[in-house]
Amino acid sequence: MTPLLSVQGITKRYGAHIGCADVSFDLYPGEVMGIVGESGSGKSTLLNCMAGHLTPDAGQVVFDTRTDGPRDTITMSEPERRMLGRTDWAFVHQHARDGLRMGVSAGGNVGERLMAVGERHYGDIRAKATDWLGRVEIDASRVDDRPTTFSGGMQQRLQIARNLVTGPRLVFMDEPTGGLDVSVQARLLDLLRGLVRDMGLSAIIVTHDLAVVRLLADRLMVMKSGRVVEAGLTDQVLDDPQHAYSQLLVSSVLQV
Amino acid sequence: MTDQAYNFAYLDEQTKRMIRRAILKGLAIPGYQVPFASREMPMPYGWGTGGVQVSAAVLTPEDTFKVIDQGADDTTNAVSIRTFFQRTAGVATTTSTSDATVIQTRHRIPEEALSEGQILVYQVPIPEPLRFLEPRESETRKMHSLEEYGLMHVKLYEDISRHGHIATSYAYPVKVEGRYVMDPSPIPKFDNPKLGDMAAIQLFGAGREQRIYALPPYTQVVSLDFEDHPFEASKADHPCGMCGATDSYLDELIIDDAGGRMFVCSDTDYCEARQAAGHKGKDAA
Ligand SMILES: Nc1ncnc2c1ncn2[C@@H]1O[C@H](COP(=O)(O)OP(=O)(O)OP(=O)(O)O)[C@@H](O)[C@H]1O
Ligand SMILES: [Mg+2]
Ligand SMILES: [Zn+2]
Repeated sequence: MTPLLSVQGITKRYGAHIGCADVSFDLYPGEVMGIVGESGSGKSTLLNCMAGHLTPDAGQVVFDTRTDGPRDTITMSEPERRMLGRTDWAFVHQHARDGLRMGVSAGGNVGERLMAVGERHYGDIRAKATDWLGRVEIDASRVDDRPTTFSGGMQQRLQIARNLVTGPRLVFMDEPTGGLDVSVQARLLDLLRGLVRDMGLSAIIVTHDLAVVRLLADRLMVMKSGRVVEAGLTDQVLDDPQHAYSQLLVSSVLQV
Repeated sequence: MTDQAYNFAYLDEQTKRMIRRAILKGLAIPGYQVPFASREMPMPYGWGTGGVQVSAAVLTPEDTFKVIDQGADDTTNAVSIRTFFQRTAGVATTTSTSDATVIQTRHRIPEEALSEGQILVYQVPIPEPLRFLEPRESETRKMHSLEEYGLMHVKLYEDISRHGHIATSYAYPVKVEGRYVMDPSPIPKFDNPKLGDMAAIQLFGAGREQRIYALPPYTQVVSLDFEDHPFEASKADHPCGMCGATDSYLDELIIDDAGGRMFVCSDTDYCEARQAAGHKGKDAA
């Protein structure tokens, strides 16, 4: 089987400082990869390199495109990469306000990606937006309200709806449950798990929270100082960590 | 007489050449916003320094110049700009649309169809149609260059969701020759259909934002809309009270203390010419 995403030797430096170094892995269709590690270990840097928000200094990010098969997204043209960013890829930010238009109604937020790929029927766009609000458990009556009037959990669910409405094949998430109350986190996790299963989504989830990876991730990478120190099936890594740093992390000594 | 303290049309030749280059570039890439080094003009910004600079760059001694502000030739703004070029360029001025070779305007396109050889210069306050939803200049520039215009429809979507219809009635966004999305300046959307396929040259100047853009003659201009909410060039559903015209854009005037109202053509030249030709509305004396 062709990997959906094949990451090879990704390295990103900030001046002399290492953001992430020589990261390689394959992600297969329908798989969820978790990335854990302490603060500053390079998780977000890696994620942003893969999603095209940062340009790595070295390495390849090969995505199996619908039309042309595997393509290195780092060397493809910017218009092509941005097109992927609003069709086959989705990016869920930790802070919903970074991923939403706060001055635009919930329906407009969800509809934006549809309009960006050329949908021009208001009634259809609105119907799809309303349907997606339902799927993320936001009442349809809120379709014309701005996200500023939503709770943190609702904003995060709206951001997810806005990202998934065009049926992406790969979702990048950076701490999607960070900053939310524990009970709200649990509900969001449940929802995410359902969506990932129902849509057969592939995802890469960066998190501090081992409970998140336990619930969502098939496989896990542990990062330290910009490098992957251990990788494997989630249960294996969590139940029988091999690397001393993973052992510390799992024994919660390092959990934030 | 020309005031000899100034160069012809106030701006020095080098500045005019720079502006003309921006205009030519704009004409070559219809709807594309060309940056230019805007100069200080001896008038307040709101009075249209962008339009004035473009007019100064295109005027020749043989031109006949007309200025309209909200359709009228006699507002303070229109009179001062007309007087300015009378003094600094010595050009002939007129209020007649068909007699003018260069027409500077704010907020309207004349009712009378323009012809080849005429130039219509628009005063533009905010040239960037995407500014409303995307404040970052770097991002809007990228959206234009990559033709990523979904956001423009988000604005129209918001309109419909809030008002039940597209409520944008001024500065209604258009797509030029299937490529650039353009702000037509705050003209009423009633005027949008006149933008396309026009025989005259249309030039747009934004002074504070330092942008010039243009539509060469006979350019395709399409107002954005949705399939189920098509663009409509609406106006008040009345005939003109003075000249009886049913095809012109109307201003609503309060005519007495009892709140009596009357609708009259916003284009004063058009209305006066019709009255002179014997047309009479119901409110005409
Ligand atoms: N823009 C930047 N300029 C310079 N250094 C940076 C920049 N962004 C990140 N770094 C550094 O790169 C390293 C990796 O940072 P990164 O944000 O990827 O870590 P992280 O694992 O996502 O951390 P956190 O869990 O706190 O979000 C850190 O040492 C960080 O200080
Ligand atoms: Mg991070
Ligand atoms: Zn009239």
